[in-house]
Amino acid sequence: MNKKQKKMLCRIFAAAILLVTAVATERFTGGQLYLGQDSPLLTVPFLSQARPGQDAAGNQIIGYFLELWWLYLIPYFTIGWDILWKALRNIKNGQVFDENFLMAIATVGALAIGEYPEAVFVMLFYQVGELFQAVAVGKSRKSIAALMDIRPDSAKVERNGTVEEVDPEEVAVGEIIVIKPGERVPIDGVVLEGTSTLNTAALTGESLPRDIGPGDDVISGCINMSGLLRVRTTKEFGESTVAKILDLVENSSTKKARTEQFITRFAKWYTPAVVIGAVALAILPPLLIDGDWIRWFRQALIFLVISCPCALVISVPLTFFGGIGGCSKAGILVKGSNYLEALARTETVVFDKTGTLTRGVFLVATIHPEEGTQERLLELAALAESYSNHPIARSLREAYGKEIEEARVTHVEELAGRGVKAEVDGLTLYVGNDKLMEEEGAAWRPCHKAGTIVHVAEKGTYLGHIVISDQVKPDAQEAIAALKEIGVKKTVMLTGDAKEVGDAVGAQLGLDEVHAQLLPADKVAQVEALLREKSPKAALAFVGDGINDAPVLSRADVGVAMGALGSDAAIEAADVVLMDDKPSKLAQAIAMARRTLRIANQNIVFALGVKGIFLLMGVLGKANMWEATFADVGVSVIAILNATRALKTGK
Amino acid sequence: MKKKFNLTDLDCANCAAKMEEAINRIDGVKAATVSFIQQRLTIEAEDERFDEIMDQVVKVCKKVEPDCEIVLK
Repeated sequence: MNKKQKKMLCRIFAAAILLVTAVATERFTGGQLYLGQDSPLLTVPFLSQARPGQDAAGNQIIGYFLELWWLYLIPYFTIGWDILWKALRNIKNGQVFDENFLMAIATVGALAIGEYPEAVFVMLFYQVGELFQAVAVGKSRKSIAALMDIRPDSAKVERNGTVEEVDPEEVAVGEIIVIKPGERVPIDGVVLEGTSTLNTAALTGESLPRDIGPGDDVISGCINMSGLLRVRTTKEFGESTVAKILDLVENSSTKKARTEQFITRFAKWYTPAVVIGAVALAILPPLLIDGDWIRWFRQALIFLVISCPCALVISVPLTFFGGIGGCSKAGILVKGSNYLEALARTETVVFDKTGTLTRGVFLVATIHPEEGTQERLLELAALAESYSNHPIARSLREAYGKEIEEARVTHVEELAGRGVKAEVDGLTLYVGNDKLMEEEGAAWRPCHKAGTIVHVAEKGTYLGHIVISDQVKPDAQEAIAALKEIGVKKTVMLTGDAKEVGDAVGAQLGLDEVHAQLLPADKVAQVEALLREKSPKAALAFVGDGINDAPVLSRADVGVAMGALGSDAAIEAADVVLMDDKPSKLAQAIAMARRTLRIANQNIVFALGVKGIFLLMGVLGKANMWEATFADVGVSVIAILNATRALKTGK
Repeated sequence: MKKKFNLTDLDCANCAAKMEEAINRIDGVKAATVSFIQQRLTIEAEDERFDEIMDQVVKVCKKVEPDCEIVLK
């Protein structure tokens, strides 16, 4: 509770005690005090009247009595003066229909018809509710802020031989920063000195530490856990991962879900409508039915108290923001609540293969020599490819693992679209695809394994082949299964790779459809075809690595990118970013989006439902002021508490 | 130019919505959002007239929600 709220609490207590005192005094005295004939109070207008009553001894007399109703005005003004003041001020500013106005009218009206304790109590309860609401909102504001508390406060820069502590925004690219254990990495950079482990939990939601050493990239927002690091910055603060993520999450409130827009529009006509309704209720029935002005006036006041739209207006945006906050805690960045809404409706999920379901890293899977050892075949292939920068060549060298003695390799010749020719230890080697083998007349044979096949021949003699394949991510299978489990109807994979490779991965993971050998433009066409196939209200999500999928990402209802920790392209192109590259996070994102929507809908139905019932009761004269205040404030508080559930990550 | 301002004492969500609407109606404002949860105003307006527009924004906010104050940095 802050200072303002504490002050309010004191006012509430004071008003409550004064109210109890007033009620007790009135009960004890019967509402009036015998003044005698010459009390000075007799000169005060309104408060004293001559009427029949009893004197202190219980005798029937006609005399001057002091009215005690004004005792209620003390707690009333103690608790409600600010509401009255705000109502007046807002009317002056042309903002007529707000909750202050509703409460002021309702309580002043109640006072006017002689319902003094009711008026005080309604005001008191209203303020209690407002206080509770303010505390609850403050709490969820804080917990949301804590989720996003990845902004570094300062950076330690080495300048002129000393370490200065400056605002991260003042650090230029290429400066050296020092990060002590326990501190947050303020700016993206490269480690110059020191080894440590980084906790990436703030970015990915996973507390798996990453080991880093000189030459490794560090990403801002991570926490340095063990060793002192000297880092050369590679980006300005504004371009660093942490700034981008913060910007993204903060701006997420600009893209509003339809549910949110509906609430805003709804509130705009709702309040004037109920005020008109209340006026009608106060005037029409007494004119047309019974002429009981006081009774219908009271009913109209009750109607006003019930009708305040606060519960909806606060809780629905809070729910969505909580949902986005909860997602970012789990390492899922959502760029707006409209995407949360679309995620919840996802029926078709389209995956790009490389980098999404597979790691995008080529590894030697199998070595099939015609004769001799596997090591020998790999050695020859690695040496022949030693000058190439192609990912396949790199994976061969990596699998070989030993230092390449360049002197052993001569006469290297790249054969475009086929492979390489090179002399290794005096042998003329041809390393490449089946076309190359055909040309050289080597008796090559196909392989049953899926992947890229590298054949090796020595002049016309076939030596064998090596299968290189992309590795399926460890959680890919689980990801597809989880999507099926939560009711995603169709999972599709698109790939530019050969059909055999695509089909093999598709079968392994249990995907419904695989479309292979696609150019980027074909991917867009495929996604468009799938968009036409799905049911009209459902959404299609496309998951890619974000680097070359921009057109497809923007065409899909929800573009999901693998964040690859710090890949700018991904963060910019997509609507949703999975920070730790795990496809299994998608199912979690969908589940969390659905839960957020469910909570928002619960709040709408609950608030409108309770209000509807009470409004009806108010019209029929079955609700009193107390119940009316509950219908307003109580519902708001419950809806806010419900909204805070959206913050949970749901693991 | 796009800028962000913190808001203090923004206590009611309905007022935030009203402020947002009123600010968006000011001439020269391209887009404005008031986030009740973050207590923040994000505003995009014409560069040359930014300060003048901000004066108007402050005035409008005083009218709609006198308790809430825009922290001008």
